[in-house]
Parts: sequence; structure tokens; C-alpha cells
Amino acid sequence: MRQLTYAEAIREAIRNEMRRDPRVFILGEDVGKFGGCFGVTQGLIDEFGEELVRDTPISEEAIAGVAVGAAATGMRPIAEIMFMDFVTVAMDQLVNQAAKMRYMFGGKISLPMVIRLPEGGGLQAAAQHSQCLEAWLTHVPGIKVVYPSTPKDALGLLISSIRDDNPVAFIEHKLLYNLKGEVPDENEPIPLGVADVKRPGRDVTIVATGLMVHKALNAANELAKEGIEAEIVDPRTLFPLDKETIFNSIKKTHKVVIVTEEVKRGGWGGELAALIAEEIFDYLDAQIVRIGSLNVPIPFTTVLENYVIPNEIDIINGVKSIL
Amino acid sequence: MDLTKELLLDMYTKMNKIRKFEERVSELFAQGKILGFVHLYIGEEATAVGVCENLTDKDYITSTHRGHGHLIAKGGDLKFMMAELYGKATGYCKGKGGSMHIADVQKGILGANGIVGGGLPIAVGAGLSAKLRRTDQVAVCFFGDGASNQGTFHEALNMASIWKLPVVFVCENNLYGISMRQDRHQAIADIADRAMAYGFPGVTVDGNDVLAVYEVAREAVKRAREGAGPTLIECKTYRWRGHFEGDPTVYRPKEEVEEWMARDPIPRLARYILDNNIATEEELKEIEHNIISELEEAVKFAEESPYPEETSAVEDVYTDLVEEGRVR
Ligand SMILES: Cc1ncc(C[n+]2csc(CCOP(=O)(O)OP(=O)(O)O)c2C)c(N)n1
Ligand SMILES: [Mg+2]
Repeated sequence: MRQLTYAEAIREAIRNEMRRDPRVFILGEDVGKFGGCFGVTQGLIDEFGEELVRDTPISEEAIAGVAVGAAATGMRPIAEIMFMDFVTVAMDQLVNQAAKMRYMFGGKISLPMVIRLPEGGGLQAAAQHSQCLEAWLTHVPGIKVVYPSTPKDALGLLISSIRDDNPVAFIEHKLLYNLKGEVPDENEPIPLGVADVKRPGRDVTIVATGLMVHKALNAANELAKEGIEAEIVDPRTLFPLDKETIFNSIKKTHKVVIVTEEVKRGGWGGELAALIAEEIFDYLDAQIVRIGSLNVPIPFTTVLENYVIPNEIDIINGVKSIL
Repeated sequence: MDLTKELLLDMYTKMNKIRKFEERVSELFAQGKILGFVHLYIGEEATAVGVCENLTDKDYITSTHRGHGHLIAKGGDLKFMMAELYGKATGYCKGKGGSMHIADVQKGILGANGIVGGGLPIAVGAGLSAKLRRTDQVAVCFFGDGASNQGTFHEALNMASIWKLPVVFVCENNLYGISMRQDRHQAIADIADRAMAYGFPGVTVDGNDVLAVYEVAREAVKRAREGAGPTLIECKTYRWRGHFEGDPTVYRPKEEVEEWMARDPIPRLARYILDNNIATEEELKEIEHNIISELEEAVKFAEESPYPEETSAVEDVYTDLVEEGRVR
């Protein structure tokens, strides 16, 4: 086992795939010598050169579209959007082109592309640099959506995402980049669509994503002091979704709390709640609890931002409300 | 040019105000008093001031992530600006916006903007509105060399052109978009050339020469007010600091920075004022002195102001609705 940070794990996955497959290349704003706004692609230009680690102009729609075109014609691009907020600028290419091309063409084309999307608040970066927009993407058939919470998952899932023949939105949480964690010595893929139980427990299931996995783990440690054992399930990919692992946990605990950082209204967490209600309602002993950011743009100042984004207290309160 | 003493001293005041404000912000950021992302305008003062001297409070501007200079040039209040950077309830945006979203709507400042290229169509909309409302207001859009590669740039210029809108596009070409030098992000030397493709004038000017900027902007604002349509002004300038505070600027040579620092726009204006006997050295000193007191008052105001109540986070999303809060 090695120790890598989340950012290093992402870089390691990219490096691994670029070494193994000459079709893989990177494009994005300041991904070259600058190493990316969060330093994720640092050093890759030294190994692979400017041709395969391409700095682009500030043109998100074209970054996404160029990835589509390159993927359609034999390359395997990894596009970086500097902050997930800017994916809004690239939406036509992702939603109307990347997601639909294969279907519209009757299955005659595949688009092996990854678009990397750093998301989340906590940096006092305010309303246009803090959003969690995963539901915008999970809502669109034709895109896979991956969201790792640990260095190990980031490494294995990114390898799979790059090898996948479909457009994959790879979400990263900005506050996780410096998180260190154990990573296997071999760069092995982790299949998409397989959830991971991050903590076993019998009393309540907490389904959490990204940074919220860690807040849920903290909350679970607090709850354990009171004898409450929470099981934490990290879906790791939002679509395809490993319903089985999530449902099995709920069938055991009969209670579920869903924790995501996205604003609650219209979020991916709501979709999961609906699936649980539709498919395993009979197993529930209490209402489904959803915890997310308040339905407001992410404010700048720390007091407001902390109030808007869910924390451990909200998770503990959420769990206790159904025990 | 009929440059009055009043005008020249106002330019001198505003440029110094921007410089000193930004230097103070840099210190406060390093001390951890100001959080988030801060992009400083140091070195580019002549551009914002030269343009905004042609505007009234009724005219509009759209600004960028590097917006403090535009705000000050358009008459923004240092107290409310500083309080906003501190994230205090008394700030321009009640602590909700921060550096990248400061706005003073009363003064026609339609906001700094965190989205590169986001302000361009908004300025065109303000210009359209002025035209529809039959006012003689002008909308000025500040944006960077990097932003000129966004689709919004091209769409906005075209629309302003076909509708002959009272818009002045001011491109602050500071040679870089973060780490991307202009010659790597576009194959043209002068961004002003792009106006040709949309059928209106494009002018390139020394963005570190406030009088040159003033003159070019005066013509463009006049054209806009008279209904002759938009102009694209490209101001060649340079940012002295990193892209944001904390950027180690590995992507540009020291010599280049030094070369541009030698073209400091502020002493250049001072020299003009002194050489032409418009004001004395003492008068200029006094201006600087007054700015320092105003600035320190602003810092004090920010320091002493309260943070917003956390529940205020759910206000201001809509005009008529308050979102649900949470109990902790
Ligand atoms: C849509 C969008 N893409 C990328 C960014 C990240 N970003 C912030 S400022 C910047 C560079 C802007 O360069 P330029 O327009 O030349 O302005 P300057 O910073 O030089 O003043 C970038 C890429 C952003 N804020 N918004
Ligand atoms: Mg620039």
C-alpha cells in the first residue's frame, strides 16, 4: 500500500492511462505548465509534452465539443473544466451532443471521453465557484457520472472512466484534493456502478457522496458514542447506480439518511429517495431523510457558507429524527 | 484635449486609490483577514480610470473577476468594498458576494463577475435597455484578453453591432489569461482587430497611458451616446501581481514583469501633471495622504462591522420569497 492524496491519485490514474494508451490526452485551461488550477495535472506536461497535455483558450463550450469530436474519431480525451460551475458554459456540447450522439446515430458511434469537474464549497469562493451540479448531469441519459470520495476510489474509478467507451463526468471535490489515503500498489481499475460500504453499522443507513462521506463518518463516530451504529454507503458512481448495495443496507437497517452537498431541490439525492420509496418502501421503518445544502446560491462569507452547506450536526440531527 | 485640472486630479486620485486599495487588500489577504479568491488590478489602473472618467453615475459598467479597479473608477465606496471583502453585513453585498461579485447598482455597476465572458452579453442587454427606454445611457463592458476567446464575446459583439447599441467593449489585454500568454491563446496580436469582423471600429491603445485611454474612450462613449453603435477598445496593459493572490506565476519571466513595472501608469500621470504645472508636488502628496486616511477608515469600518446573521443566507434569492432555513 502507498499513501497518495486525492489529487495525486487522480494524476496517477491519468499518467497510468496515458502511458498505456497513446490515444489518451488531456485538454483544459492551464492544465500544462501551470498544472491546473488545483495542481492536479502538475508535471504531466513534462512527461507527455504539450501535444498531449494541451492548454486551451478560455472556451468551455469548445473544450467539451473538441472532446466530443476527438472521441468520435479515435482519441480518448480527458477534458478538465476548471470549476464545475463552468460546465454550464459547456452544456450544449455535453447534453445535446455528447450524451445523445450514440443514440441518435442508432448505436453506430461511441464517445470515450472523460470530463473532469471539481465541485463544492468551503473555500469562500462564492456563488459561481462552489456549486455541486451533479443532478444536472445524472438527469441526462447518455452520460455516466462518477464521484469518488477517497484517493483509492479516485484512482481506480478514474482508470475505469478513461477506459469506458461512454462520456463520463468525473466529479472531484475541491476540499478533498489534499486528503491522504491508502492506495493499492498496483493501479487497478474499480468498476463503475459498484458502491462501497465505508462503515458497517446496523441502526441506520447513511448514503453519502464526495466530501459528505467524510462528514458522515465523523457524524457516525459521534453517534457511536451514544450506541448508534450507522452504516455508511458511498455509491461512488451516481449513474450507473449500485442499487443493490444501497438497498441491501437499507433492508438491514430499515432507515435511511441521504447526504449530499448539492442544493436539496431537484438534487440527485431526491432521485435516490424516489428510487428507495418506489422499490423498497416496505422495508422502511421511518420516512426517508434527505440532507443537502439550503436552496440558495452558495454565499461568500464563512458564517453564511457554513450555514448553507450541511455539516456533521445536520447529519446527527437527521439520524436522530428517525431513531 | 481640454483636460481640466479637476479632471486630471480626479484621475490621479482614482488611480492612486485603486493602487493603495489593492496593496492593502494584498496585505490583508496574506494576513487571512480576507478569504476566498482575490484578483488584483495593480498595474492596470489607467485603463479603468481612463474609461470611467467619461461616464456618469447613470451609465453602466459590467466588470470581471478582477473588478476592484472598475468599481473604484466608477465611484465605488471603499468602506462598503472593504466590508464586502471582509464578508461583513455592511458590505456592498451583505457578505454574500465577496470580491468576485461586488456590485453597486445605484452607481450603474452591474457587478464583478466570476464567469469569464459572463459580463459581455449583460452589457449588451444594458445597452439595449437604454435604447428601448430612450435614454442616452451608455454601457461599458470590461473584459480580459482571455475572455475574448469565449463564445459570449463574439455573440455579444455581433448583437451590439446589428442593433447599433450604445455599448463600449473595453478589452484589458494584460497579456495573460491565468498562465496562458496571449500568443498561445490566440493567433492575432491586436484583439481590436476582431471588431472588423462585426463591422464596427476597433482601437488599440496603450492601457498604461491614462490620457490616451481617456481620449479613445471619450470618442467611443460619444459614438455610443449619439446612436452610432459600439466600439471595441483594446487597452494593452499588464497585471503586476499573480493571477490571484497566492499564484507563484511560474509562467512568466521576471524581466517581463520588471519591464512592465517600469511603465507604471501612476508616475506617468504625475509627471504630466507636474511638467505642465497643473498641480504642485504638495498637492499630489496631499491627495495620496487623503487616500490613505480614507483607506484606513475603510479598513476600520470593515474590521468593526458585524458578520451577517447566518439566517440571512436564505434571504435575497427572490424578491418575494424567503427560502427555508435550517435548525442546528
Ligand atoms: C467560464 C470561466 N472559465 C474559466 C474561469 C477561470 N478563470 C478565472 S479568471 C481566468 C483568466 C481570465 O483571463 P482574462 O480574461 O485575460 O482576464 P485577467 O485575469 O487577465 O484579468 C480564468 C481562466 C472562469 N472564472 N470562468
Ligand atoms: Mg488577461
